[in-house]
Amino acid sequence: MSVKSTLHTLGALAPKSDFPLLAASPELVYLDSAATAQKPQSVLDAIAHYYRTTNANPHRGAYALSAAATQAYHDARVRVARFLGVADADTLIFTRGTTEAMNLVTTAWGRANVARGDNIVVTRLEHHANFVPWQQLALAVGAEFRICERDTSGGVDLEQLARLVDARTKVVAFGHVSNALGTINPVAEMVAIARRAGRALVVCDGAQAVPHLRVNVDALGVDAYAFSGHKIGGPMGSGGVVVRRAVLEAMPPYHFGGDMIEWVHDDHTTWNVVPHKFEAGTPNVEAAVGLAAACDYMDALGMEAVRAHEIALTAEAMRALGEIPGVMLHGTPKADGRSGVVSFSVNDVHPHDVATTLDVEGVCVRAGHHCAQPLMRSLGVHSTVRASFWVYNSAADIARLAAAVRAAQERFAVL
Amino acid sequence: MADDAALDALYQEIILDHYRRPRNFRTLPEATCSADGKNPNCGDALTVWLKFDGDVVSDVSFQGVGCAISKASASLMTQAVKGKSREEAAVIFEKVHRLVTGTEADAVVTKELGQLRALAGVSKVPMRVKCASLAWHALKSAMDGAEHAVQGTATT
Repeated sequence: MSVKSTLHTLGALAPKSDFPLLAASPELVYLDSAATAQKPQSVLDAIAHYYRTTNANPHRGAYALSAAATQAYHDARVRVARFLGVADADTLIFTRGTTEAMNLVTTAWGRANVARGDNIVVTRLEHHANFVPWQQLALAVGAEFRICERDTSGGVDLEQLARLVDARTKVVAFGHVSNALGTINPVAEMVAIARRAGRALVVCDGAQAVPHLRVNVDALGVDAYAFSGHKIGGPMGSGGVVVRRAVLEAMPPYHFGGDMIEWVHDDHTTWNVVPHKFEAGTPNVEAAVGLAAACDYMDALGMEAVRAHEIALTAEAMRALGEIPGVMLHGTPKADGRSGVVSFSVNDVHPHDVATTLDVEGVCVRAGHHCAQPLMRSLGVHSTVRASFWVYNSAADIARLAAAVRAAQERFAVL
Repeated sequence: MADDAALDALYQEIILDHYRRPRNFRTLPEATCSADGKNPNCGDALTVWLKFDGDVVSDVSFQGVGCAISKASASLMTQAVKGKSREEAAVIFEKVHRLVTGTEADAVVTKELGQLRALAGVSKVPMRVKCASLAWHALKSAMDGAEHAVQGTATT
């Protein structure tokens, strides 16, 4: 079959030699990039370069080195904003990642704007990071917490979303891409639905989109867009949230302390300008600089090429796993409707046992509820096995995955 | 990465047998006490029921969702503690805990554990220690709360 043989020759988009961890373990098949990506050498170099040449506390010292650190931090913000299609770079607040970003929005904006009698709408597909903070906000202020169900193919039920959003909806929060199923949501359509009813803040979790799709935050029309740097090859503890400027200006601070103040009086304090108002304390310059280098790396590969590569890999994985008897794939049957994620169950073999068996074959996959317990309940499973792909994966990795799944079935004698 | 030998040790025939045909896998309506065990890492959850006749575990059962290791461990546990006194069951708990965490190297002690020795392979695969411990922590919670017939929750 010509199609099949073409797919089997599908190599990696980025050489494993670009990634020191993968280069050091050529036998390792890393299929857990949705959890965290391996880091390119250029990111490690950028971090080392920063510490070797530029390290000082930004925004403070009256000396050239501190100014250089301030510049490095500022340049990183501009660079990352450009990668995300954000024209006003100062509306990008650096955080430790998506989780902190969501807590920032729910705490700072939510506490000031959501009250008893209001409602918050999220979806069944959310990662706990875009579910629990809203649920807790609703419980704290006495707002109603509404969950929009999924449709049968692993997407959001848009008709129900339209019914759930009303004049008392203060927040509509949803993921751009589902971390557990890989479903790519129609953000523009969801924004339109959220806007139709009036006043809701539209919040999007982009953690699983930014590493895989060309994201243009300004064009998406959301009010807040959160992401994690470590999933696009940046350092752990990097990431941020882009918030519409008018919302940021009106929003009270999240954390208090140094850097975020304008003037501290004995009895009150005034706040620094955006973005500093939301970045209390010494910033994580290393994370910002490393994240900017990751954006450079991704742009050099080209996000369009990344997307095409992942569609091909996902299609191949769905074919290879789908033809194994006893393997059930979750989510949409369309490879191009997903990021590089394939979530599956193996009949009579628990996901943990599948993952342990695959580990012996050198294949790293995630087994569990993927921080999406509400979704797992709806799928009628407690957990799944998830293989996720990125730029360094190839068809050979998928062949190893499929072979390892068959080995797990043999060990548990399911066939 | 675990190796093949570790995998063979982990998934011994006795483990697979108890996974496929778990013993005492049922509810126990006349239980004296019970406790839930949950593993937040994977979403697995099970309940352990105990019936005491005086100081003796006269019946014990479990139900729930789990991987081969957690289910087999629970199944083996029910067989091991049935007919034992509270104190004897607590001693078995301690020994198994040391066995699966790899801190028990004494051949005499491990020999006393009988079939439970099949759980020794877990100590070589650290990611799975919580799976093997799940039912045991629920057992301990149930026993600790037994005097008050409290329904406790063990989170491993």
